[in-house]
Amino acid sequence: MLIIRNLSKSYVAGTPVLKDISIEIAPRGVTAIIGPSGTGKSTLVRCINLLVEPTAGEIVFEGRDIAHLRGQPLREVRRKMGMVFQEYNLVERLTVMENLLTGRLGYTSAWDSFRRRFDPADIEHAFRLLDHVGLASFANTRADRLSGGQRQRVGIARALMQKPALLLADEPTSSLDPKTSVEIMQLMCGLAEENQIPVMINMHDVELAKRFANRILGMSGGRIVYDGPPEGLDENMLKTIYGGEGWLA
Amino acid sequence: MTLAGFTAIRPFRAPWHVRVGWLALFIYLAYATSHLELTWPRFLQGIGNGATFIGRMLPPNFERWELLLKGMAESLEMAIVASFLGIVLSLPLSVLAARNLMPAVVTWPVRMLIMLCRSFHPVIVAIIFVKAVGFGALAGIAALTVASVGFLGKLFTEAIEEISLKQIEAVRATGASFMNTIVFGVIPQVMFRFIGFSAYETDANLRNSTMVGIVGAGGIGGTLFAAFQRFDYDFVFAILLAIIALIMVGEVLQIQIKRVFKQ
Repeated sequence: MLIIRNLSKSYVAGTPVLKDISIEIAPRGVTAIIGPSGTGKSTLVRCINLLVEPTAGEIVFEGRDIAHLRGQPLREVRRKMGMVFQEYNLVERLTVMENLLTGRLGYTSAWDSFRRRFDPADIEHAFRLLDHVGLASFANTRADRLSGGQRQRVGIARALMQKPALLLADEPTSSLDPKTSVEIMQLMCGLAEENQIPVMINMHDVELAKRFANRILGMSGGRIVYDGPPEGLDENMLKTIYGGEGWLA
Repeated sequence: MTLAGFTAIRPFRAPWHVRVGWLALFIYLAYATSHLELTWPRFLQGIGNGATFIGRMLPPNFERWELLLKGMAESLEMAIVASFLGIVLSLPLSVLAARNLMPAVVTWPVRMLIMLCRSFHPVIVAIIFVKAVGFGALAGIAALTVASVGFLGKLFTEAIEEISLKQIEAVRATGASFMNTIVFGVIPQVMFRFIGFSAYETDANLRNSTMVGIVGAGGIGGTLFAAFQRFDYDFVFAILLAIIALIMVGEVLQIQIKRVFKQ
């Protein structure tokens, strides 16, 4: 499905954020990336859909290396990867429906999108998804009128509008309260399971990661220091990932 | 512990360079006034002349209302056409000039072009266009369009440079093309400010369109200038009243446009 080989990324030459990362993502299941702030979790997720261009290494997606794609081929790859963001990143001034249809821009010409001429099948799909995420009556509400939890539901629906082959999430619950966080994780992982899409989530909340993921990647200092099931994540491992032990109650 | 060392220092004493600055300003003012022959008797005489002038303006003379109406209509047409052209040209230019969307090789030349458009007062640009394309509304429209591009190009560019890049990132992540990112990521964020700027610029064009006629670039300004030269001060007053009315109508329209597109 997705194979990352010897991936490195330096924003400033000589100080790599990601150091020689190699992982393979199965076609199903939830993979959670945990680790301290500034260790490159976000960069790793953004390298996969090339919002950040890797410095070295290979990203093999559906059988070919996409690490240095540009232009149209790059956009075609991005169409197949949905992404959910920490701060939702909805276009605030657009309605919920318009935000959902953003997920179809990769298949729509600018002239058509300017006139809001979308494929009727896409619009129907959008209404079904809105119903799924529990926002059926909000189609014409502007995104800036929604609460955090509602916005993230729209964010998830937008990502699924792409009918993606892979779902990426960059700290999708870090701006939400604990109850809403669980609901969002349930919704996202449930919809991914239903549509048989693998999910890669980077997150701060270790308990939430253990609860929803079937595989945990522990990152520290730009490297992967743990790769295995949630059960294997004991106190010693957490010390290795986060350093220190005073925070472990 | 003693504070003896501080007693010698007087607070609030102006530093020497501030004093020199003030002195230089007063010397220059005295020089300029003497140089420009600003004398009291001349001022008193001027006030007398002014009173006569105002006396001859009253009452306003609307006898040649057809000429007045024709000039006003031409000014209005020039302002609307120039505003439309200015907005249409500024939209692509501002995207090209925005440093958060384009590389420096593109933004620099476009920024230079916009700055060039803003360098001269519309009347000076109008003189150039009158020389180039001859007397009439065409020169006026061209001059006002240049001024609009200079003003709107800068404001539009600044609005685009202030947008949230998080929203853009999300749109790009869906595989959207550059043009699609503009349509769904940039335009929604800047639309309402663009409308406000455009309404403001249309208002400015309305005022300037009454002026470029003085140098022969069409509109009511030509009529006004001719009336001045022929000492038809009552007609001058009629024209001035008509211009005031036009600007007030423009103001009301601007408020209405902003209210419709609020938020």
